[in-house]
Amino acid sequence: MTCDEAEVMLHALIDGELDAGHAHEVESHIAGCPRCAVALRDYREMSKAIAEAGVSYTAPAALRQRIEAALPQPRAVPNRRAVLRGFAMGSAVSALAATGLVAIVLRNDDAERIQSEVVSAHLRSLQAGHLTDVISTDQHTVKPWFNGKLDVSPPVIDLTAQGFTLIGGRLDYVDARAIGAVVYKRRQHVINLFVAQTANTEKRPAKIDTIQGFNIRHWSDRGLNYWAVSDLAKDELADFGERFESASRASG
Amino acid sequence: MPINASVDDPEKTRRFREAALPYLDDAYTLARYLLRNATDAEDAVQECYLRAFKHFDSYRGPAMKPWLFAILRNVCRAEYARRATTPTSAIEDVPESADQTPLWHEAEETPEAKLVRRWDADTIRRLVAALAEPFRETFVLREIQNLSYREIAKVAEVPVGTVMSRLARARAMLRSAWLAEEEQCK
Repeated sequence: MTCDEAEVMLHALIDGELDAGHAHEVESHIAGCPRCAVALRDYREMSKAIAEAGVSYTAPAALRQRIEAALPQPRAVPNRRAVLRGFAMGSAVSALAATGLVAIVLRNDDAERIQSEVVSAHLRSLQAGHLTDVISTDQHTVKPWFNGKLDVSPPVIDLTAQGFTLIGGRLDYVDARAIGAVVYKRRQHVINLFVAQTANTEKRPAKIDTIQGFNIRHWSDRGLNYWAVSDLAKDELADFGERFESASRASG
Repeated sequence: MPINASVDDPEKTRRFREAALPYLDDAYTLARYLLRNATDAEDAVQECYLRAFKHFDSYRGPAMKPWLFAILRNVCRAEYARRATTPTSAIEDVPESADQTPLWHEAEETPEAKLVRRWDADTIRRLVAALAEPFRETFVLREIQNLSYREIAKVAEVPVGTVMSRLARARAMLRSAWLAEEEQCK
């Protein structure tokens, strides 16, 4: 093998593209050719340096959102985006305030502040690409998705027959901790269900409040706090909550 | 019922997202190296994903990454063409031939020459970005994206032999650049 040939072939050797016979030929040449041996060593060092330096780029979050928004809305997509911690609300808020419903299950009863955070979480979720981490109309897909992500297993109940379509689930942050959100939809109104524990196991009847134009239905049941937030009319939101509670009792 | 009354099969969307979105960073990386501009890279990747979704029905595998890259490469080449017709564009001509004059004169290397200095990411990115297009493309597909020669050949639509010669040339140019930097540091 000549140096000219080896100059090309030694790259195939580095890249593991040669069969044993050709690899042996290149290695034999290199063993007797200091010039090619140095080249081989340099190229290997280069590859190693490049691999170690980390020269890839990370796609901007905005790009991901643009692509997700451009795709038809899917039904069953595990998308483990990073959970947003911030509560920044942009100018889109007023536009977004037109849609949505969030039910939340939380650990403590710091009612007012948490209600406000719930609304913020709801608004964030309405931004493109933020609504769901797992998208599925199948409760048996959504419920297991939460396993290992939370210290509580959020009830995921299919209310499609009652007019509330299950869309998926999401991890979110409320009250500075991770909580689950189960997302439903009624017509064009989005429904997010966030889930966490409460130390208080007594059942607390539902109460409806209005914050920033959203209706919030809050109740507690069997160690879980729930907040349902929506721009749906109060009676429809109440209907959602009642059907959820009733199905929850029936299932468990 | 899907969220919106899309005519597309939701199952197709789900499969596409699961198959293609994990390669978003890879696609963006390739676009950054090919186009050398963050904004153009974003646009190219978005266009790539939309085209990929459109043609997803014809995707038969096996490897999603090279398939996406082939689409992305075509999008990027369209961008080259656009730049070429834009007078304000400062982008150099795209070399079509693998016999392109290298950016560096290959150093007179001796057996003693040794690459000792560690390359940091910025240096590597700068030197790779300075490679002429076909060499840069081949180099990035191999060295950063870890594609096989066959996969690179498919993406770049050239024979495997061309991949090998371009890769040899690209690495030789980078090595020379590296050695040149070594000299300067002395």
